[in-house]
Amino acid sequence: MKNILKSCLHSPRFMTGFILFIILLGIALFYPLFHPGNPLQMIGQNSFVEPGTYLSLYDANTVNLNGKTSTFIMDDAAVNRADSNISEADRQTMLAYLAAAGVDVSHLDTSHENLDSLVTLWQENYDSSKKVEGYTTSAKKRDLRTLNSRLLAALNAGEQTLLTKNGDEEVRTAVANNAYVRSNQVANVINLPLGTDNFGRDMMKELAAAIGTSLIIGLIAGTIATILGLVIGLLSGYLGGIVDDILMFVCNVFTVIPGFVLLILIYYSVGQEARGVTTCAIVIGITSWVWTARSVRSQVISLRNRDHVNLSKLSGHSLVRIIVTDILPYIASYVVMAFILQVSSGILAEAQLSLLGLGPKTTTTPTLGLMMNWAMLYNAHTQGYWWAYFPVIAVIALTSFSLNLMNTGLDQVFNPTLRD
Amino acid sequence: MSKGYRKYFKKKIFWFIITFIVAVMLNFFLPRMMPGDPVNAILSKTLGNTTDAAAIQKQYEVYQQAFGLDKSLPEQFLIFCKNAIRGDFGLSFSQYPRSVSDIISSSIGWTLALQIPAIIVGWILGNVLGAVAAYRRKIWDKVVMPVSLFFSAVPAFGAAVVLLVIFGITLKWAPVNGAYDPGMIPNFSWEFISSVIRHYQLPFFSIVLISIGGQAVGMRSMSIYELNADYVKYSRFLGIKDKKIVRYVFRNAMLPQVTGLAMSIGSSVGGALVAETIFSYPGLGSTMYKAITASDYPLISATTLIITVMVLIASFLLDIIYAFIDPRVKAAQFD
Repeated sequence: MKNILKSCLHSPRFMTGFILFIILLGIALFYPLFHPGNPLQMIGQNSFVEPGTYLSLYDANTVNLNGKTSTFIMDDAAVNRADSNISEADRQTMLAYLAAAGVDVSHLDTSHENLDSLVTLWQENYDSSKKVEGYTTSAKKRDLRTLNSRLLAALNAGEQTLLTKNGDEEVRTAVANNAYVRSNQVANVINLPLGTDNFGRDMMKELAAAIGTSLIIGLIAGTIATILGLVIGLLSGYLGGIVDDILMFVCNVFTVIPGFVLLILIYYSVGQEARGVTTCAIVIGITSWVWTARSVRSQVISLRNRDHVNLSKLSGHSLVRIIVTDILPYIASYVVMAFILQVSSGILAEAQLSLLGLGPKTTTTPTLGLMMNWAMLYNAHTQGYWWAYFPVIAVIALTSFSLNLMNTGLDQVFNPTLRD
Repeated sequence: MSKGYRKYFKKKIFWFIITFIVAVMLNFFLPRMMPGDPVNAILSKTLGNTTDAAAIQKQYEVYQQAFGLDKSLPEQFLIFCKNAIRGDFGLSFSQYPRSVSDIISSSIGWTLALQIPAIIVGWILGNVLGAVAAYRRKIWDKVVMPVSLFFSAVPAFGAAVVLLVIFGITLKWAPVNGAYDPGMIPNFSWEFISSVIRHYQLPFFSIVLISIGGQAVGMRSMSIYELNADYVKYSRFLGIKDKKIVRYVFRNAMLPQVTGLAMSIGSSVGGALVAETIFSYPGLGSTMYKAITASDYPLISATTLIITVMVLIASFLLDIIYAFIDPRVKAAQFD
């Protein structure tokens, strides 16, 4: 046992997988501890809010009114301001105008890095009275003028005036362009590392909860599948004869019938109301034991006529004892590996079911599959809301990748012929 | 035909028939174990607030007769089988008055045309990659292995979504929705075929991409196992050329991969069908998705049955092909 653990620790594959898995498990366990609250609470009124930190505008102004601001002199503040105020379309217009005015702009594009030189060129060459081909109509001229004034406002930002009501009296407060507030001075700050989903829920909180639920589904499904497969494989392999024939008959039938279809059928037969997270896991478990049973059986068959097993039989040991002490230790490594794979395929099976609209009926906890299903239903992928689906896909892939890595790592530990 | 073949085929056909019967039975009985009376559910929808007990009872009997629920379960099963053989699966709830068999026959072609080439191409590419990784080791193995392992971990729908977003929406290389441009009527013009091909790419590559990974991982360990076998060492000792040995090694390593494909086709089809729904590809996967969201039970059970039958036939055919690749079957030593 000690040796096995040691060689596991020395297997880079196993350790990479293990660390990945622990990180995912850590997110599921600790994120909710630091960010308590219902993961399905709809905090946002808009759907698909971009990831980021959101400061309450009202509270930030309050900080300013109380005069608790700090002043910083930043060289690039003006350019940054221009960057966020001058849109992509505006930059295209500027480039087109400059080109029409005969300025060489071939080395420029609309990116952030080029804004500085673009603005300089613009200020040098823009002249509202100059006649530039294609910009002679009054509408075009007006567009350019408003663009220019917007640019100038952004570059030479002076003070802004904030008008607040104090009873009947209106108070004007100046906001200097170099006044800053610290984010935790603002009373209400919402941190959304992964934005919100279509329902306005905090994606990160939801994802952490979903990882937990999906791991539980995987564990339950994996445990059931492994126990069923182990028992059936052991009985069928060790007893042989008619028991073996019957069990292998069932096995053969269920290897070819797609587990996926079986899953849908059984899942339907339990009815809408019973379709909770646990039922989902149990159904996945009882449809995926076949592989384990097959492999356990073939290993047991090669073991059952070994000398030490025969010796135990002659000594009159009971069936249970022979299986537990003489056979199980030999196939234990295999069973552990099969279990790991079952967990991973259980998580995947839940995700696939949910995507077909057959996910667990739950209002208290999300699962990875349900999150994916919601994102697809609300077209997050076609509208560019990557944060609503990509982290979910990544987490599913990483979970099963980490489990697969651990599995191949163990394979190398237990099976010397595969070692490098 | 040798005795070995005959014995092997007999055995395979026997299993095919048995599995087929069990599959049909499961398909019939499992949905009928669903708690609640389906007739009552329909009644409450159609009759609304009617309180007249006699009228409800009358309507109930009408529905029971219409759905054949007044007969015993075994009788219903026989009728179901009889109708299924004739291709009659009743009417669809959600696309009334289209018949279920009409919906299925319009979608089955798309699924077959998408899945079969994708699975075969994925299988071939995966095996070549795995074999090369096992033979070359070093860099190949170091890169190919973890990457394949990672791709085998990506769910089919995940690969589908990522490909859709990158190549369909960001780069606009290929359309992302359906099997041909909307507004087109299927015909044999060049215009229509090119539209079909453009729509085909993304679903095809997403299925290929995920099947490569798993196959490569399997082929690699099979090949390593064979490369370490005694016959390889002996052949090297005899001075047989490496090229010739490698041919034998990979032929031997291929055999379990064919059986593996026959056995895993059931599970991989599930993922591929879900990938279809991402692209709204008008195949069986999307049909099943629509049926599930609309609780269209006749359509659901017909799609599951058709998928099962297709998988059964596919693995049966693979078993037959296997017989011709594996010389042991011909030599009648097959147990």
